[in-house]
Amino acid sequence: MAITLTDRAAKHVQNYLTKRGKGVGVRFGVRTTGCSGMAYKLEFVDAAGDEDQTFESHGVKVFVDPKSLVYIDGTELDFVREGLNEGFKFNNPNEKDKCGCGESFNV
Amino acid sequence: MALLQIAEPGESTAPHQHRLAVGIDLGTTNSLVAAVRSGTAEVLRDQDNQPLLPSVVRYFADGRVVVGHDAKASQAEDPQNTIVSVKRFMGRGIADVAKYGALPYQFEDASGMVRLKTVAGTKSPVDISAEILKVLKQQADKALLGNDDGELVGAVITVPAYFDDAQRQATKDAARLAGLNVLRLLNEPTAAAIAYGLDNRSEGTFAVFDLGGGTFDISILRLSRGVFEVLATNGDSALGGDDFDQAIAAHWRRTLGIASTDQRDLRRLLMRAREAKEALTSNSSTESDLALSLGQSIKLKLSREEFHAMTDALVQRTLQPVKKALRDAKLSVEEVDGVVMVGGATRMPHVQAAVAKLFGREPLNNLDPDKVVALGAAIQANTLAGNRSGDDLLLLDVIPLSLGLETMGGLAEKVIPRNSTIPVARAQEFTTYKDGQTAMAIHVVQGERELVKDCRSLARFDLRGIPPMVAGAARIQVMFQVDADGLLSVSARETTSGVETRVEVKPSYGLADDEIAAMLKSSVSHAGEDAAARALAEERVEAARTIEAVEAALRKDGDELLATDERAAIESAIAELGEIAKGEQHREIKDAIARLAHVTENFAARRMDRSVANALRGRKLDDVKLS
Repeated sequence: MAITLTDRAAKHVQNYLTKRGKGVGVRFGVRTTGCSGMAYKLEFVDAAGDEDQTFESHGVKVFVDPKSLVYIDGTELDFVREGLNEGFKFNNPNEKDKCGCGESFNV
Repeated sequence: MALLQIAEPGESTAPHQHRLAVGIDLGTTNSLVAAVRSGTAEVLRDQDNQPLLPSVVRYFADGRVVVGHDAKASQAEDPQNTIVSVKRFMGRGIADVAKYGALPYQFEDASGMVRLKTVAGTKSPVDISAEILKVLKQQADKALLGNDDGELVGAVITVPAYFDDAQRQATKDAARLAGLNVLRLLNEPTAAAIAYGLDNRSEGTFAVFDLGGGTFDISILRLSRGVFEVLATNGDSALGGDDFDQAIAAHWRRTLGIASTDQRDLRRLLMRAREAKEALTSNSSTESDLALSLGQSIKLKLSREEFHAMTDALVQRTLQPVKKALRDAKLSVEEVDGVVMVGGATRMPHVQAAVAKLFGREPLNNLDPDKVVALGAAIQANTLAGNRSGDDLLLLDVIPLSLGLETMGGLAEKVIPRNSTIPVARAQEFTTYKDGQTAMAIHVVQGERELVKDCRSLARFDLRGIPPMVAGAARIQVMFQVDADGLLSVSARETTSGVETRVEVKPSYGLADDEIAAMLKSSVSHAGEDAAARALAEERVEAARTIEAVEAALRKDGDELLATDERAAIESAIAELGEIAKGEQHREIKDAIARLAHVTENFAARRMDRSVANALRGRKLDDVKLS
């Protein structure tokens, strides 16, 4: 399995990285907070961690720490525009249940 | 589901804890709202993907309000109820408004600010600005929050650097009316400098050249320790990009013999002129057709050379205020470390060239000059909302009134002077007044007057447990700290023993701006009186302290060292000083203190001799050699 980015998501990440001026990719992971147990996090990465697994799609590197990977393996990141709002959306096959807003989830 | 943004490493927010804040450029002609998303500041567009919202508000008889492009389009239809450039009226009285010449509005005088009569009732400039802000807020809510039930933490709103207190307060009131929490008002040139990241430098002097649609402003800023200070501002409130359009239109009317006086024709001609101006930024010539209402069509042509030649005088007019501002700031052009271009009209190549020539350097122009102010405000808002680490926090607020404490004699000792930028911490040392004094009352006051009774009392607390010492030996450090939110904490610490106590107060709480203004005014009008009162209080304290010290000495050594007549002379001098100190003449008190000091000279000398003798008694000469 792997973590993948849609073409559009990759383009936006690349764009943000260029504007930011530094960074080698994005970190995708989970934290044990939020109303349904776990929450996604998405951050810029300046330097990869020792245990990070790296995935690359459409030229963009995604770093995932092994603990997070079990919860999110197989996830596809997409960048969408919903009305005036825009941002990243996750299609996580492991997700069983999520809170109303979808920001935190359960496996 | 909610859409995620990419965060800086280690700064992911917990779910439902987005702290969203926006920057708003509330402009004379156009307004914008921007926010930081995924680490970059960007302008939030409206449904039609338009970044700029024309600052135009149209009122209808049924109470409907239309803001923006639609209102602007109907300007000619209903000029009296379509308010353009309301920013000019903010915080202004009817006399100020009169200098704008003939305006299609019905003004009404009201205390403080004019009101405008519209079909929907009488509106103040604050109400009208609030309508613009409401639309921007909706735009921000929709763009940032989506279906999420989060809320906007607040907004940073920009104002011209020359805005006075009344104009700033009016802007704040408008934001409150629109349901926005104002994190801070930010000067427009400062916002532009922030957008270019100039605040990341340690220091420097920058010029911000802002040529908007109808106004021109030049500001000279100095950055030191992360804080921008406005050194000078200048400008021309009747010069902007619109004048360039007018020049082109006038040129065409003259050369092509367009005689039509039809309003629609003239508006169309002006629109073509604006398009030509914009086209000439990237092209060396432009052509378009003008269809007149009588059916005839005219070919309009303009080359960049012609355009530059006919508007050179306008460009030159911007340079005079620049030179004046530099002179006011006492700077030469070589001392300016960077020039920032703001306002759509600065896109014109000959404006760029003229500025580059004057300063001897290329201006910063890689950001969109229409958006740069809003972008800077967004970056500042993001920082203030707590989305960035604290070390690069940029704070520009100042303390409106001095903070200090009461000292002996009811005097106010200022610890933090007004206009200090916050956060700020200042410490001052005080000492005890009496021998063996073990407690000290700390009375925190706010105001510019010299006497405590004329200042505003903020808090009182006691520092207890000072070890008994002679008067003046204890060292009590009083520390005043004002944090970024204007919260004052005062701590008092006796440094030899480490006894400490503290109190927290919010100094600006409950003080309206007009009260602050009144307090400031009274400090100016009472300056002379205050100085005299301070002198008197100081001499009285000195008199009481001297009497206290002499009496203590008399009790200890008086019987031993003084003859009866000497003692009588000292006692009468004490009595005389005590009496005079009750009077109102500080000079007389001073003289009486001097007289008491004079009659006690011999007594003091003898006490000194004796304590030296006591110290040396029973010691060999070798022991007391100066080591």
